[in-house]
Parts: sequence; C-alpha cells; structure tokens
Amino acid sequence: MEAIEIQDSFVEKMNTDFEVRSLDSVCISTSELKHPGWYNLKYIFAGLLFGIVLVKTEVISWFRIQEMFRFESFHMYGVIGSAVVVGGISIWLIKKFRIKTIHGEPIQLYKIRFNKGQVYGGLLFGFGWALTGACPGPLFALIGSGTTVIIVTLLSAVAGTWVYGYLREKLPH
Amino acid sequence: MFFYQHLLKTYVSNLVDSSSNLFIMMEWIKNPWPWYVGGPLIGLTVPLLLIFGNKRLGVSSSLRHICALCLPGNIQFFKYDWRRELWNLFFVLGITAGAFIAYSVLSDHQPIKVDPKLVTQLREYHITNYDKLAPPDLFNWSELLTMKGFILMIVGGFLVGFGTRYAGGCTSGHSIMGLSNLQWPSLVATICFMTGGIIMANFILPYVLRL
Repeated sequence: MEAIEIQDSFVEKMNTDFEVRSLDSVCISTSELKHPGWYNLKYIFAGLLFGIVLVKTEVISWFRIQEMFRFESFHMYGVIGSAVVVGGISIWLIKKFRIKTIHGEPIQLYKIRFNKGQVYGGLLFGFGWALTGACPGPLFALIGSGTTVIIVTLLSAVAGTWVYGYLREKLPH
Repeated sequence: MFFYQHLLKTYVSNLVDSSSNLFIMMEWIKNPWPWYVGGPLIGLTVPLLLIFGNKRLGVSSSLRHICALCLPGNIQFFKYDWRRELWNLFFVLGITAGAFIAYSVLSDHQPIKVDPKLVTQLREYHITNYDKLAPPDLFNWSELLTMKGFILMIVGGFLVGFGTRYAGGCTSGHSIMGLSNLQWPSLVATICFMTGGIIMANFILPYVLRL
C-alpha cells in the first residue's frame, strides 16, 4: 500500500500529460463508476461525429494547413476559433448549472500546470503539423478517407510518442 | 372526380418539391462545409464527451495508449492501466470510421478549392493535383521512398507524435479543450504550435518541396 502511495505522489509530481485522466486522478477518482466495456461504444459515436466534421470542413487537408500557416485563408482560424467559442460556452454552462454526466457523476475539469514541454514540444509539433498537414486526429481521419499511406505516418507518430516516453526523464520540463 | 385529380396533382407536386428539397440538402451536405458550420460542431464534442462520461477531448493521448498497449518496455511513462483509457481508442476508431463515411457517402469528390496564391506557389513545386485532401503528388506509397516523401511523411509523423506528447496535448487537447476551459498553459502551447507551423511552412518546407 505504501509503495503504491509513493508511486502516486511520484506520478503526481511528474505529470505533464493532462489528457490522460487516470494518471492525475488516481486518488480523486476512487469513486469513479465501473462500467462494462460496451459502455465505451458511445465514444465511437462521438468519434463518428468528429471524424465526419474533420473531413467535411477539410481541416485534415494539407492544402488547408498550408493556407493557414501562410495566412492565405481565414478558414482554419474560423474553424478553430468558433470551436473554442462553442466549447467555452458549453463548459461555462456545465459549470454554472452543475450539469452531471449521463451516469450521474459530477463533471470534473482540471487545471493545466505550465511546464517547458508546452513550449519545446509545441514548437516540434508545429513543425510536424506543417510537414504532414495533419495533427493526430486528422491522421486517423486521413486513413479513414482513403489515403492509406498515412498509416506509415501514424506509425511514425506512435514511434515519436514512444521515443518521448523513453527520453522523458532527460528532457527539460 | 376533378377534385380528386386536383388532390392527386397537388400531392405529386408536393412530393416532387420535398424530394427536391431533400436533393438540395444532400447537395449542400456533399459540398465542403463552411467554417461556421464545422467549427461549432467540433466545439460541441467538448460537452458531448464530458456528458458521456467525464472525458476530456484529446486525440494525441491515443498514441500513448497504443504504446502502453503494444510496447510498454520498462518505461515508467507507459506503465499505467490503459484499460481505463480505452474510451480514447474507441474515439479514434470512430474518427476513422466517420472519415470513411464522410468521404465515401457524403462527398462530391470535387477538387479542393484553395486560395489562388497557394495554387501559384505550389505549381513551382509541381503540385497540381487537388483531387484528395492530402495532395496525391506528395502523399502516396511510391513517394515514401524518396527523400521528400520520407521527410514529409515519416519525419513529420515522428515530430507530431514526439511534440504532442512533450507538449501534453495536440490541437484538440490544448487548442480546443484547453482553451475552452480557459487554461493559459494551453494558450502557450497553441501559440507554440502556430509558431512552429509558420516557421516550417514558410521557411523550411519550400526547401523540402524542392528536393
């Protein structure tokens, strides 16, 4: 038990990854409901919606990404900007009316702590984004839309993630 | 008798009208969607995932779960219970399937319309085919074996995977979810994504495309 607690505090201190919930909430979320695996199917539905919109707005297009970085079109800025406005209003409403999940759990939102990785990693990802014309979501969407060679790019991105994990202790954060 | 004929006529013309409305709607769906339609829909996935089960929008973490699932090695960063994060893999499976549906059923497969300035610029590098979302002139299996293709697809992919995890999120995790939740470190990350992209697209990519 003691060993687990030590490990938890280590993870807490070292955590830089705020997308992975189970890592920074090992202690908080002990009340988290246990669900059968098929409950996850609803996230396929959310993904379907997300994937359809990514293709239909062409934000997964290398051409559109080049336009954005060369300031030749408003399109991408409009998509990201309006997504943030709608997302922001939604979160504000969720907080204001204390909206719960469909399983009755209170919705938890976390603060993101600053670390240097957001600068170094952010720049590196920016380079990759302009080269491939895709961020991680669009990588999956491009494969779905029939550009099969992007499977190689996705595998390379998995390799990049793995190498980050391998070098993590040595990198400035 | 005349009355019935009249009724039948109105019914048929109504039917034709409504089917032409449906036709117009399908046409509209098949065209690319403007930013003010797509952006808000992307924004709505934020509350959707929160209400479905307290999940915060993010895609790049799926790459980490794939590492944890397939090749955790002896690396602390990949030693966690990936089963608790399985939803994220279902989500990216949905993205892939959704993109397949959008491209095969909901598209008219017209060439991508981009800014004329970009068309002129890209012509210099012999990029003229706008038939797919990823330029077929650059992103295909045979290009993979060239230096240009290697840098674009493999080096680029590696930087996406390495950079997003180092930054702790990608466009969805930081730029959409983080900014929606007014987290200033996400703003820093977003500014760095954009800075990196602007540097690469304007100052380095032209040399890569000339290879």
